[in-house]
Amino acid sequence: MNPDLRYENRSRSEAVTSMLLKKFVTVFAVLIILTALLFLTGLSVGSTMLNPLEVVKHLLGAGNGEHTFVIDTLRLPRMLLAMLAGAALGAAGLIMQGVVRNPLGSPDVVGVTGGASFAAVFFITFLSGSVSIKWLPFAAIAGAAVVSALIYALAWKKGVTPVRLVLVGIGLAACMGALTTMMIVMGDNYSTSSAYLWMTGSVYGAKWSDVFSLLPWIVALIPLSVLFAKASGVLELGDEAASGLGVRVQLHRLVMLAISVGLAGSAVAFAGGIGFVGLIAPHMARKLVGRSFVYLIPVSALIGSMIVVIADIVARTAFLPMDIPAGVFVSGIGAPFFIYLLYRNRHQ
Amino acid sequence: MGLGFALLLFLSAFAASLAFGQTPIRLSVVWEALFHYDKSVQEHVIITTSRLSRSAIAAVIGASLAIAGALLQALTKNALASPSTFGINSGAIFFIVAAAAFFSVSSMVHYMWIAFAGAAAAALMVYGLGSAGRSGMSPMKFVLAGAAITALFVSLTQGVLVTDEQSLESVLFWLAGSVAGRSVEMLLPILPFMVGGWIAALVMGHSVNILTSGEDVAKGLGQKTIWVKTAMIVVIVLLAGGSVSVGGAIGFIGLIIPHIARGLVGIDYRWIIPYCALLGGSLLLLADIAARFVIMPQEMPIGVMTALIGTPFFIYLARRRAGRT
Repeated sequence: MNPDLRYENRSRSEAVTSMLLKKFVTVFAVLIILTALLFLTGLSVGSTMLNPLEVVKHLLGAGNGEHTFVIDTLRLPRMLLAMLAGAALGAAGLIMQGVVRNPLGSPDVVGVTGGASFAAVFFITFLSGSVSIKWLPFAAIAGAAVVSALIYALAWKKGVTPVRLVLVGIGLAACMGALTTMMIVMGDNYSTSSAYLWMTGSVYGAKWSDVFSLLPWIVALIPLSVLFAKASGVLELGDEAASGLGVRVQLHRLVMLAISVGLAGSAVAFAGGIGFVGLIAPHMARKLVGRSFVYLIPVSALIGSMIVVIADIVARTAFLPMDIPAGVFVSGIGAPFFIYLLYRNRHQ
Repeated sequence: MGLGFALLLFLSAFAASLAFGQTPIRLSVVWEALFHYDKSVQEHVIITTSRLSRSAIAAVIGASLAIAGALLQALTKNALASPSTFGINSGAIFFIVAAAAFFSVSSMVHYMWIAFAGAAAAALMVYGLGSAGRSGMSPMKFVLAGAAITALFVSLTQGVLVTDEQSLESVLFWLAGSVAGRSVEMLLPILPFMVGGWIAALVMGHSVNILTSGEDVAKGLGQKTIWVKTAMIVVIVLLAGGSVSVGGAIGFIGLIIPHIARGLVGIDYRWIIPYCALLGGSLLLLADIAARFVIMPQEMPIGVMTALIGTPFFIYLARRRAGRT
């Protein structure tokens, strides 16, 4: 090959890379600003309306302390929890879609969320009288982990293929759904409605302890997924191509799956079964920054945050004094979008 | 011959479902209750007031769901198809729950039409999404579209119920799938549609055979495939929607039974359909009997029972199929 031509090729690919990077930086900056504005809105609106400037003052420590209860105790943990849960769900969805190589393979479709719901409802129905409610998140995470391990084991047949993972996951999701319904039917009225509320997903009554319990999962797992990102970008090519490139396909698939389950399980544990975020956020992220996994992860997480924060703001202000679970609104926005998504992907 | 055995199985299951329960009743007494009814005998009253209607409903729903499943599998050329895995049941459920919560609908006849509408909406969505696109119908696309539509309707149903606790209480047991505590009067408005669906399915058997041998072959033989497909969807919607409006979410019958029927009689739908009817009825009757005993003295919702039987079967099929393709 002509040396000049080679040089030109390289410089062109460098130009493309730097263009993508520039695009990513722009998108990321815009999303950060939007999230900050939403966050501020979330702190200001509600049954007591506050002036956003006063909220900023308060956050900077320059306030006169009259809003301490509303902001510090009620709204701040709630907004933070919504953000964290949304980020976890957005990232978990992206990773899962990469593992099963299908844009519809989010944790709720594949049964991971179903496992968490089953464990949580079991806890609410049978243990909530005798065991402290603060163990509920652990039950949910354990449920997600056990069901995911079961999906993985049942899909194993000299290795795991994406198709088998999805199919087995869908089967187990149906089973988990039936078992969850059974417990709700058998439980008394009080546990029935609280279980239902939990399944729909809500950040109502969020506490600082919830925020601090969820935070480490996200801080640890999202960067970890980026470390595996290069390999995952390769995995989307298909087993043969990926093996040819020297990636230990099965191992990477397992690690990425575990990260996704950890993120989805912890988010569901603290915010309940908020659906569709893991489907929508990755799709929007791909539209904005293309297919590079390293860029997609933070963008998908941010979009997930925004979705849950918006849903919670709308849910608690639109029908004042009623405080509707955020999950209802996520479904309300997510469902039509999702049908559109199915239609868009009809060629795959 | 084989059909005779299936009929025998069905009748035994029906008799057992009349005899077993919290109060066990001897078969001879069951016989007397049916043919020499004496209202001063307590067992006779139990049978005619509660068990008979329950067994009849289970038999009708089981048969209908199995036939609907067989037609759906033929239509989508997909071994994992069934009214429950493809979201048709959840569509009907969401429509009923929404109607009950927002428009205070509570009559059985209205439920039935609403369930038909919901089943039709879900069926068209899944069929449209599964068969649209350049690559045509692919099994994976259908299953995912079905799972997605199911997730969609389930979360919408949850949304409605969580904001309206009163309707939550009243629809919950129905939601989980149940044939208990229903009178024959609830079945009667649906029955003509179900029977119509069965007859239509039996009559269609030959056309379905041609369709499953391939679109091109069917067209070459002069079949108007679009009409056959439309008729199949209508029958599926009638049978699945009708079943949901009486029994709620009862899954997996429509998945399992067609496979068993095909295993017994091969690929001829003129035979598969009647086998499905008898075996589907038998399976739901047996599942209902089991549901009475598993967690005595409470009763398990029958939809949970069928899911517990059906999930291992689904996973077995998924492993086998995915391994082949």
